[in-house]
Amino acid sequence: MTTWRDACLVRRIVAHDPARFGVVLRAGCGPVRDAWLAGLRARLAAAVPVLRLPPQIDDGRLLGGLDLAATLASGAPRLERGLLAAADGGLVLLPLAERHGAATAARVAQIMDTGGIAVERDGLQDWCATRFAIIALDEGGGAEEATPAALRDRAAFWLDLDAVTPREAGCDAEAPPRAAPHGPVAVADAILAALCAAAACLGVASPRAVLFALDAARAIAALDGRDAVADEDAGTAARLVLGPRATIVPDTGDAPAEAAADPDPPPSSEDAPGDDADRLPDRLPDRLADRIVAAARAALPRDLLDGMPAAAASAAAAAGRSGGRAPATGGGRPTGLRPGMPRPNARLDVVATLRAAAPWQRLRSRAPGRIAVRSGDFRVIRTERPIRSTTIFVVDASGSAALHRLAEAKGAVELLLGESYVRRDRAALIAFRGRAAEVLLPPTGSLVRARRGLTAMPAGGGTPLAAGIEAGCAMAATLRRRGETASVVLLTDARANVARDGTPGRLRAQADAAAAAKALRAAGIPALLIDIAPRPSADARLLAAEAGARWLALPQADAVLLSRAARTAAAA
Amino acid sequence: MRTGAPAAKPLARAATFPFAAIVGQEEMKQALTIVAVDPRVGGVLVLGDRGTGKSTTIRALAALLPPVRAVAGCAYHCDPADAAGLCAACRATPRGRRRAAMVPVPVVDLPLGATEDRITGALDLEQALVHGVRAFQPGLLARAHRGFLYIDEVNLLEDHLVDLLLDVAASGENLVEREGLSVRHPARIVLIGSGNPEEGDLRPQLLDRFGLSVEVRTPDTVPERMEVVRRRDRFERDPARFAAEWDAAQQALRERIAAAREAIDGIDVPDGPLAHAASLCLALGADGLRGELTLMRAARALAALEGQTAVTDAHLRAVAPMALRHRLRRDPLDEAVATTRVARAVDELLAA
Repeated sequence: MTTWRDACLVRRIVAHDPARFGVVLRAGCGPVRDAWLAGLRARLAAAVPVLRLPPQIDDGRLLGGLDLAATLASGAPRLERGLLAAADGGLVLLPLAERHGAATAARVAQIMDTGGIAVERDGLQDWCATRFAIIALDEGGGAEEATPAALRDRAAFWLDLDAVTPREAGCDAEAPPRAAPHGPVAVADAILAALCAAAACLGVASPRAVLFALDAARAIAALDGRDAVADEDAGTAARLVLGPRATIVPDTGDAPAEAAADPDPPPSSEDAPGDDADRLPDRLPDRLADRIVAAARAALPRDLLDGMPAAAASAAAAAGRSGGRAPATGGGRPTGLRPGMPRPNARLDVVATLRAAAPWQRLRSRAPGRIAVRSGDFRVIRTERPIRSTTIFVVDASGSAALHRLAEAKGAVELLLGESYVRRDRAALIAFRGRAAEVLLPPTGSLVRARRGLTAMPAGGGTPLAAGIEAGCAMAATLRRRGETASVVLLTDARANVARDGTPGRLRAQADAAAAAKALRAAGIPALLIDIAPRPSADARLLAAEAGARWLALPQADAVLLSRAARTAAAA
Repeated sequence: MRTGAPAAKPLARAATFPFAAIVGQEEMKQALTIVAVDPRVGGVLVLGDRGTGKSTTIRALAALLPPVRAVAGCAYHCDPADAAGLCAACRATPRGRRRAAMVPVPVVDLPLGATEDRITGALDLEQALVHGVRAFQPGLLARAHRGFLYIDEVNLLEDHLVDLLLDVAASGENLVEREGLSVRHPARIVLIGSGNPEEGDLRPQLLDRFGLSVEVRTPDTVPERMEVVRRRDRFERDPARFAAEWDAAQQALRERIAAAREAIDGIDVPDGPLAHAASLCLALGADGLRGELTLMRAARALAALEGQTAVTDAHLRAVAPMALRHRLRRDPLDEAVATTRVARAVDELLAA
């Protein structure tokens, strides 16, 4: 119930200043989401634009460009303004926000930051001020699918309506509207200080979050008809803005009680004196911040409380998908224009064609107001799709491997990652331990992320080798379907003791692992097995043979040998 | 829509945050002022987390740059004193007829989604469509000549645009061969790039074009964060008043940069620091002469900024990390460690 009440409050705040706040709305498509959106629309003034931005939008529609129809009709270049320009003063709705690539996200983010669109396209230039906020409708299924981080950072509220029932959503929990205060809403410096301290305490790094919280607090006060922000407003704002962004669980266990017991608490957080000022506070500077953190605690993300590993959290910020170049959107990257007739893999560039035809119009024109285009004017976009290759690292993070030489294995992976960077390949990271395998890092070209994922990799537990091999095989197959190449590098001691279905037992586990290895071979995926046991075992050699993989024992493998082996495996 | 002279039409942009009011991020501010003093240092790359004020700081740079002399009415704002670097139109004008005017140093934003024809310049569409005349319409590179080209999200820039910029940044000249046009014009530009390393890596060749590179982080002390939020909030409430409050500080900074620009050619580089710079690069295996040159130029600009007459080891120490960290032998996984490696080498060498 409280979730829905918060959602209703968010709706009122957004309607109060639509172009300022923005929401990431995690919810499946359904009555709850529809109810929320309908309620929002009803609260907005009719003049406030709410525009939908589909994931496959092109730059012309998004940013603006040459308006061909008008240009042809008038015989002079006409600029068509894009969707983001039309959204000025309102909201941009992003359906399937998790499908938006980093490229679109970066464009939208840049325009939100600069407060306008600089059009430098199709021979035209224009500057058009626009101010809008986004409503990202995120139906993402998990860490690998999420709204791009650049956009999430620029949305004030992160709502998760998955837990709200349609019945709750039916009733409108809302306070009656009050008259707006005259003039701007004042915020005491102590509240600003407390919000900053609370953000630090929750591990919220981006200053944008605090600015959002500050404005949300102002809006809450204004909605209530007051002209100054009260402590409770700040608490509510923190719950709505900072809580869902928390990356660490604040250590406030008994803090409220302690603070109450403290006979002489500092009245407000004048800059914390002395040493404390030099680092983030482990303890909160004052009671107000304390209360704000306590309020925000109510809205901590669920997975954070579940003790989600840091690596998964960073994977959730899946901005590494440079979706702008995803093969699904077109035939590879354009490498330039050339004269020629359009063909299936050479798309006609209408603007360039017109531009080629343009200078001759005076000479060719027979009927005024028409543009004469000759075959020699046709320009096509030449595209080139580099075959991307991905190295999938499947790392054994079980107890036995950890005991042995997981650190060295990590070192080896780092080395291979460096190699793949030089070749401009991508890397993915899968770890298996305990009962199952987990994708720590979906294919990415970002070495920084790969390295973070590796460093944060947890270790311990059983060896579900079969699950690991299967996960690697599945990912490789997915990449292949997209027309990319993939190879698997398996780092393990091959001492499987957890079967495919998660039950312990050495024999079944070994049999399952062998079966998975055969499947890998059958799929024809090039593989390399690096034995990380202290003494190379026959098990690993056998497994490698079954997987059709090269076998290499880490004890003997130095840097050069390792990288050469990986390269030959990938080339196989 | 006409853009005969790109500099003549200032586009009304949203208010910019004053440079002087940026809290912390000293290394980034220092790198940018160094490049403002001596563009020959060769560009700045700023990498870091979201919300660290990268773009805000870089966009604020324009307000600090002292105006330069340029040929009046020239689309490329040519330097009248530089006879060799003139564009074709200026060269055709007799010397006596060229009039000079003071123009602001261009800081041109390369927006994501810009098309190639607008970057290099292309056939003037309006001239062609309306008048049937084949004329060249200069692009962003022309507008950025003698100034700065800012690429936000530089790691998301499409490859074919990167190629184009690499070529121009190296040659200082933009050669357009398209649509039957053949135009060559000077384009001496300083690249400024920013990005989030989590979103992808930079091509090594592009990395190499940047003279200085800095890493920014979110401020990690609460008072500093409070100041960031407080100033940003004030700015957003009332940009004009905020700008007025910082006017004096901005003016002081502007004068300091102008004075340093005057002084830079007179700064002495003694043999001591010169030798130290060389051995520092050698010790770190920084490739080629470029590291050494950048190091010396940056140190000289810093000395000029500080009002001193000669480069000392202290200047070298201050600029070594930003001048060298992206030039170490490429071990892409060592990004975080690169800074420490430079610092260690500096300590070892300069202590002796």
